[in-house]
Formats: sequence, structure tokens, C-alpha cells
Amino acid sequence: MIETQFTPDAAGAIPGPDWLARRRVAAAEQVAAATMPSVEEEVWRYTPIGQLDLSRYQLAHDGGGTSTASVPEHSAMAEASNGRLGGVELPAEVAAQGVEVRPLGEGDAELAASVDVDMFALMNAAFSVEPLLVRVPPGVSVEGPIVVRHWLDADGGAVFPRLIVDAGADSSVEVLELYGSADISAFISPVIEIRVAAAARVGYLAVQDLGPKVWHIGSQVSHIGAQAHLRSSSAALGGEYARTRLDTHLSGRGATGDLISLYFGDGEQTLDFRTFQDHAAPDTTSTLLFKGAVDDSSRSVYTGLIRVRPDARGTNAYQTNRNIKLSEDAWAESVPNLEIENNEVHCSHASAVGPINSDQLFYLESRGVPTETAERLIVAGFFDEVLDQFPVLEAVPAVRNRLQSKIEGLGHRGVDGETGS
Amino acid sequence: MSELVVEDLHVQVGGQMVLNGVDLRVASGEVHAVMGPNGSGKSTLAYAIMGRPGYEVTSGSITLIDDDSNSVDLVDLSPWERAHAGLFSTQQYPTEVPGVGLENMLEEAVAAIGGDRSAVEAQVAAEAELVDFDPDLLYRSLNVDLSGGEMKRSEAVQLGVLRPRIAILDELDSGLDVDALAAVSHRIEQATHEDNLGVLAITHFSRLLTVLHADVVHILIDGAIAETGGPELAAQLEDTGYDPWIDTRAESPVEIHLGGDPWL
Repeated sequence: MIETQFTPDAAGAIPGPDWLARRRVAAAEQVAAATMPSVEEEVWRYTPIGQLDLSRYQLAHDGGGTSTASVPEHSAMAEASNGRLGGVELPAEVAAQGVEVRPLGEGDAELAASVDVDMFALMNAAFSVEPLLVRVPPGVSVEGPIVVRHWLDADGGAVFPRLIVDAGADSSVEVLELYGSADISAFISPVIEIRVAAAARVGYLAVQDLGPKVWHIGSQVSHIGAQAHLRSSSAALGGEYARTRLDTHLSGRGATGDLISLYFGDGEQTLDFRTFQDHAAPDTTSTLLFKGAVDDSSRSVYTGLIRVRPDARGTNAYQTNRNIKLSEDAWAESVPNLEIENNEVHCSHASAVGPINSDQLFYLESRGVPTETAERLIVAGFFDEVLDQFPVLEAVPAVRNRLQSKIEGLGHRGVDGETGS
Repeated sequence: MSELVVEDLHVQVGGQMVLNGVDLRVASGEVHAVMGPNGSGKSTLAYAIMGRPGYEVTSGSITLIDDDSNSVDLVDLSPWERAHAGLFSTQQYPTEVPGVGLENMLEEAVAAIGGDRSAVEAQVAAEAELVDFDPDLLYRSLNVDLSGGEMKRSEAVQLGVLRPRIAILDELDSGLDVDALAAVSHRIEQATHEDNLGVLAITHFSRLLTVLHADVVHILIDGAIAETGGPELAAQLEDTGYDPWIDTRAESPVEIHLGGDPWL
């Protein structure tokens, strides 16, 4: 039983279409009956979830300022402040293609049928003020990314952004989400649903660059149809505790999902990723590449599961998680898992946690590159493989710069065999 | 004139003594070859001089005497400080460094000694042409997806840009096709003439010395120099192999059990 201001009454008071109000109240009732997750549960292991005190946060109602994060050239853009949608910029020529970028309305009841993966996704269902829909009709290709830019500046605010990307059959679209905040204490729990219909192609990139006192507990659920392709990526750079759960369902025959992420922890950050590659249809392919670095006394957690269901013959599934530990006090956990119920599959997983490679360091140093510079080059190079695979190419230079600024701050690390003799 | 001076060098790797008192002097403009069978300590010598972590100098010295006759004790310096003092080394199997480009690395190396990083791009292009290194490969990550010959051409480009005083070449010819070996050797010899580069070439086979002409040849056996001579020593090696040197050393430890012989 969770006693907070996040009550069914509070959920019911949020304006919106009737179907959504009913869903909010139902979800809030489930939240009220739920118990807080604890580290005793495998899926919350290694996390600071025990420190979360929801009563410290108030549901943010009012929009604040707007983000100044740079936005690349785009086809459309929605701006959200403290979870409240500000302007939506949808040029006439894009709207004329039938592309929709708007809050959920009366006619969207069929979009209620989503699965809430944990208590925080339920809270999102209950308290998301203005869920946003990005819909691309069948056969339409959108030129340039659709950008959703989030900004938080309500101190003590709780924000529940929800984004539904609905890509029609044989459509093509890229979506970029940018998360930023003022230097405040806040709680944000986003949910992203991505529906990739048959033969559609979707690219998604989330850039999480929240302030150091913000808690972020998010989830993303994707369904990929027959012969469709989702390329889903993220850069997790900010937050005090920042978690993303990523459930990718390869539901149609021949579906492909590429999951590509980087994360860089410093200070006291904890960055946490739980991935699930669910092969439910034959001839499906998923590749996962997550690379992270932890500096100072930051921590990272990666746990991933590949499941191949009995029908999913001809599955190809790969999972790679590599971590560089840049300081003695930093800590990274990496736990890959396979659960295979069909014999005709190719699956592999690889995981590693270690310091900067001492052979690489020696090579650069032997050319006269000082140790700290060499380390920065190697760490930046380590992430290149990820950046090279990101969708939404227009956004990659800004991510690279922001990552580089974190790398420049690289402190005194624990490298094996630091100098000769 | 500068000179690399190695005196009575003892080096331990993983708790085991590998070098047991090596003495060498390589002056600028000279090409020295260190030849020895597998396990004689050749690569250890190269790594110890460059300061690779894990190669512990237990006694002896490594000194670089610079143009003004100042002695720099290298043993306590990190690899990059040794590079700044004027050392350069090539590895038998150069390490792949994903995501780090040749120019990128050289810019940082040049900037670290107060050089002009903006001049590096043009220098790299000029050096690449000298050793016939495909310009397209300049943009790849260091040593990633390069053939043996391409890697060594890349290292010759690095040497050309960094202009060290002394270069230590570990098995330069391994994995190289004839053309690459000729191009790289030619560039190094050119540096010995034009920049007064001193070279310590470490090699198992005398093949290298047909293209890179050594002034002095040292034979390294069991972690110490067994003999030093001119190029004729390499020619002799070609005929006899390392056996003559290995045998002389192998004879001494044989134990003679006097008391066990009934005729004495």
C-alpha cells in the first residue's frame, strides 16, 4: 500500500478524454494497492530503489521554461515543460502527408491497451498529463526526425511523459527525444511505446541529459511487425539514478530490432538498464550493443535477457555489453541471460567490465601522448562504435560533444599498470 | 649527436628474469641489429627500453644522451616521457585502438611537446606518400582492419611525423610483403641519413638486413649480448644459425660428477 498524493482521486482530476480518465483511475487504483519495488526483486537488484521517497515529489501541473538543448533540423517538433505540452510544430507539408503529432484525444481509446511493465509504468498510465502521439500513416516516409524536447524545472516535481510512436505499414520515420532539466530535485518516469507495423522502418534516439539530482525511471515497450525494422537507441548521460527498462517484442515474421546505447556515469550517478529481447516469431533478428563507462564513484547496471519462444525458429539474437571502469570507486555490473526454447537459432552474448586497455594505453603513450590524453582518446574511441550506429544522424554531433565534455572531466582513474618500471 | 646507452640491463617479466645484463650503445645515424633465437629476450629488450608496464628493470640503466650531451635517465620515465625524450618503437603486432585515428593520435602527441597540431594533417599526407600508404586508410582506426604491411607503413608515417632520435623496431619484417618491407626500410634509412636517426632493429632472421643495412650486429642469447660485430656477423648467422652461440653457453652449466666415476 503506497500512501502518497498519487491517489486515484488525483488521477481522476487530470483533464482529458473519458476513456483516458477511466484508464488513469484504474491505473492509480493499482498503484495504490501496489507495494514499492525492493532490491529483493531480481529486476531491482543493485539499485538504490530503497531510497526513493515518492512523498517528496508533487505531481507537476504547470509548464515552466523551455529547454535550450540544441535541436537538429527536423520535420516536426513537440516541446514539453514539466510534463505539460507546449507548442507542437507540425509544418503544413508534413501534416499534409497525414502525419500526426498531438496529445491523445477522444478517438484514441484503442491506444489504451498497453502493458505496464512495472509500478512506475502504472504511475505513468495514471498521471501522464498529456500523452503524446506520433503517428505516421501507412506508406509515408517522413523526411527528417520528429523531435520531442522535454524540460524540467519544477523543484520537487513528478513528471510522467508518455510518447506513443505508431508507424503504419511500410512507413518510415525517425524520432528524437531530448531530456534536460534545471539543477533541481525531481522525479521523471517516462513511458515510450513504439509500434512498428509490417515493413515499417523506425529509428528512435533518446538523449537523457538530466541534472544530477533528478531520478529517472523509464520504460520503453516496442512491438515490431513482419519484415519491419526498429533501430532504437539512447545516450544516458545525466540523472542521479537513471533507469530504463527496454522491452522489445519481435512479433512479426522477419522482424529486426537493433538496440544501441551508450552511458557515461560520473560523480555519484547510478545508471541502470534492463533489456528484454523477446523473439515471438520465426526468422527474427535482434542485435543489442550497450557500451558504458563509469568514473568517480558512479555505478552502472546492465542486465539483459534474450528469450526465444518455441515458434521463433530461425532467430538471430545478439547481446553485447561492455563497460570501462575509470576509477577505483566506480562499479559496473553486467548480467546477460539467454532463454531459448527453439533449437534452430543463432544466439550469443558477451559482456565485459574492465579498466582502460593497458595495451592501447601503451601504444598511444609510446607515441608521446600523455597518459590522461591517451585515456580520453581511448574512451572516446570506445564509444565511437555506438555513435556510428545511432539512428537520427542529425543528432549525433551534439551527443558526441556532450559525451566528450564528460570525458574531458575524467579524473584520476585506476588503470592497470599506469606507468613503466 | 645523441646516443641510447643501455648498461647491464636486467629485466624481469611476470616474476621471471628475461634480460640478464644487456649492454648496448646506439648513436644517431647508426643502424644496429639485435638478432637472437625465440625466447632470447628480443621483444623484452624493446619493451623495457620503451617502458611498457610489466617489464620491470631490476638493475642496470637505460640512458639517452641528447645533442647537448645531457644524460636523461629513462628508467623512471613513463612511455610518453620517453617518447618526448626522443624514443620511438614499433611493435611486431601493433595494438588495435578502435575509434582513434592516426592523425588524431599524432595531433595529441605533437601538441604535448608544444608543436603545431594544425601542421600534422599535411605532414601525415606527405609521409603517407613517401611510403605509399593508401590515403583512404588514414581515416581508419589505428591498426584496425589493416594488413601487416599497411600497419608498418602506418608506423613509418608516424615515425616520419614524430622525428624521433632513436627508433626501436621490433620484428619490422614480420607479416610484411616485399614491397612494404622495401618502402618502410627505405624511409627509415632515409631518416638515418637526413635526420640522423639511430636505429635498433630487433629481428630473428637476417632477411630484414638485406633491405635495412646494419652497421653493427649484436647476437642476443639468454638475455645477454653474446657477440657484437659488423654486418658479416649476420652473414655468418645465415650459414650457421644460432647454434654456435647457444652451444657455448649451454656447455658451461653441465655438471661433472667426479665421485661417480670408478676410474678416478
